[in-house]
Amino acid sequence: MAEHRISFLLLRKNPVSLFGLIVITAFVLTAALAPWVAPYPEQGRGVPNLEAMFAPPSFTHLFGADSLGRDIMSRIIMGSRISLMISLVVVVLAIGIGMPLGALAGYMGGMTDEVVMRVTDLFLAFPSLLLAMAIAAALGPSLTNSMIALAISWWPWYTRLVRGQSVSLRERPFVEAARATGVRDRNIILRHILPNSLSPVIVQATVDIGTVILAAASLSFLGLGAQQPTPEWGLMVSSGRVYIFEQWWISGFPGLAIFAVALAFNLVGDGLREALDPKVRRSRRA
Amino acid sequence: MEGMSLRRREYFIRRIILTVLVLLGLTVLTFILAWIVPSDPAALYVGPRARPEEVAKARVLLGLDKPLYVQYFIYLRDIFQGDLGVSIRTKRPVLDDLRLNFPNSLELIIASLAIALIIGLPLGIVSAKRKDTIVDHISRVVTVAGVSIPAFWLGLLMQLLFMRVLGILPLGGRIDTIVGMMYPVKTITGLDLIDSLLTGNWPAFSSSLQHIILPALTLSAYSIGLIARMTRSTMLEVLGENYIRTAKAWGFSDRVITYTYALKNAIGPTLTVVGLTFAYLITGTFYVETIFYWPGIGSYSALALLSLDFPVIMGVTLVLGTAYVLINLFLDLLQAYLDPRVVLG
Repeated sequence: MAEHRISFLLLRKNPVSLFGLIVITAFVLTAALAPWVAPYPEQGRGVPNLEAMFAPPSFTHLFGADSLGRDIMSRIIMGSRISLMISLVVVVLAIGIGMPLGALAGYMGGMTDEVVMRVTDLFLAFPSLLLAMAIAAALGPSLTNSMIALAISWWPWYTRLVRGQSVSLRERPFVEAARATGVRDRNIILRHILPNSLSPVIVQATVDIGTVILAAASLSFLGLGAQQPTPEWGLMVSSGRVYIFEQWWISGFPGLAIFAVALAFNLVGDGLREALDPKVRRSRRA
Repeated sequence: MEGMSLRRREYFIRRIILTVLVLLGLTVLTFILAWIVPSDPAALYVGPRARPEEVAKARVLLGLDKPLYVQYFIYLRDIFQGDLGVSIRTKRPVLDDLRLNFPNSLELIIASLAIALIIGLPLGIVSAKRKDTIVDHISRVVTVAGVSIPAFWLGLLMQLLFMRVLGILPLGGRIDTIVGMMYPVKTITGLDLIDSLLTGNWPAFSSSLQHIILPALTLSAYSIGLIARMTRSTMLEVLGENYIRTAKAWGFSDRVITYTYALKNAIGPTLTVVGLTFAYLITGTFYVETIFYWPGIGSYSALALLSLDFPVIMGVTLVLGTAYVLINLFLDLLQAYLDPRVVLG
């Protein structure tokens, strides 16, 4: 516990990561309070407002309006809910599948390890996004299917990560002691292996939330994820593409939102990695 | 030394066998995916006005009544004979379409990789050597931005800036249509940029260069970030090692230390990251080629995804997946050749 407190303080001293943390907090708050923060929540959900068609950024429409007159800012705010939901669902699913598998494989060793790792390697041999695209296309383009596709593409990373942790933890004295005392394997995994593998998983998950938001937007841009009139950011960039030269705000601001959020999670993830990596910590003290 | 070559050969063979297994696994994956698709291939084959008997006949014709594992072997046999199906959109064999589009994408990927290495490697090295200075901070922000920015958005911004605002670069395509007609490029390698250079076709070369620069830059952004970050962290690790300190104590010049010792030891992880870069470059072409109207495999695949052209989608998944696996195999073997520690570990 003390270790986590020190890590948190170190994170605070890193101004760039702090900036990321602020952006993430703003993002989460916006997503949580979306219908109350958005100036035109109905337009955010997709109701057209033709009198403001193609309105450029102004005081009434801070980010302008799209081809159906819908306020871009409201759509971005309502879309933040979707992005947050997608990324949380995918990452939680990926961890939920990957972590237990990895812990099991690493601790049990032998045949279990071989089989699990071969399957994991097979999935990892593919570029993740390509696999997600193929699965999303096969299941049929929809928001739900894109989440399933992304979760299937992402779980192997956690399996590999946790398996490595599990293998090294297996040799540690406290685990051997537990085994010698007769603690059942299942309880060892649950109470010793899993909690001690948490650190790198948290770092990975933090970065992954940003990566998944980027990936989900990419899938939607190709028409494989959310469908109209859902205000998903990737879909918004795609539909604004034809108007990029005159009405640049239709694609411009949603893309900026994707960038800002992905950047924030990467910065915080970097900061966490530096704060938690003992090698880096040592050099700081020197 | 004899023992070393033996270990290395063992490693090579094992790696190659594993790769073959992975490739077979890939075919299983794509087969399962094709099976999941919620549409009846027999019904698609005979069309919407067919009678039930005709659909049933089609099912036998297409081999859909056979058990699943037999269908898989038929699928495998077709792949080995080069039959990846026919595109629903272009009505041409998928393999032919891919072969047609391949040189264009290859050109774009090579250009992007070159840019990424030329910018990314020095950026990482300088950032490591001047750790915690303003140069380091700026480069870290730039590289993190590179891996966070959506390629499709960056491409649109580039178009906006260079075509609309500055009006200096073309909108898309590989070469100006008129230039392409008046000064046709003789095909030597299939890569227009190189071919026009080799044949001294300056109008075509200049036009090709203007057309490739924005898409290549856009595609390279993520790779620059990835390579710079990895180079920086590996260099930092290596620079902290004892033997570097010893070399410095002995009075070796900074340049000798950087290039002779540090860089050589950083080669391994850098090669690994170049492998990862390819994953991004391959899927990145889907977006960059679409935005810049570049006639390659990426835009072809993106169109297939949009129109749910499943023969193409499955074929592309298989081909690109295989390409990625083979590239990584090559890089792994290269790394094993250069760095004995890989084989021993």
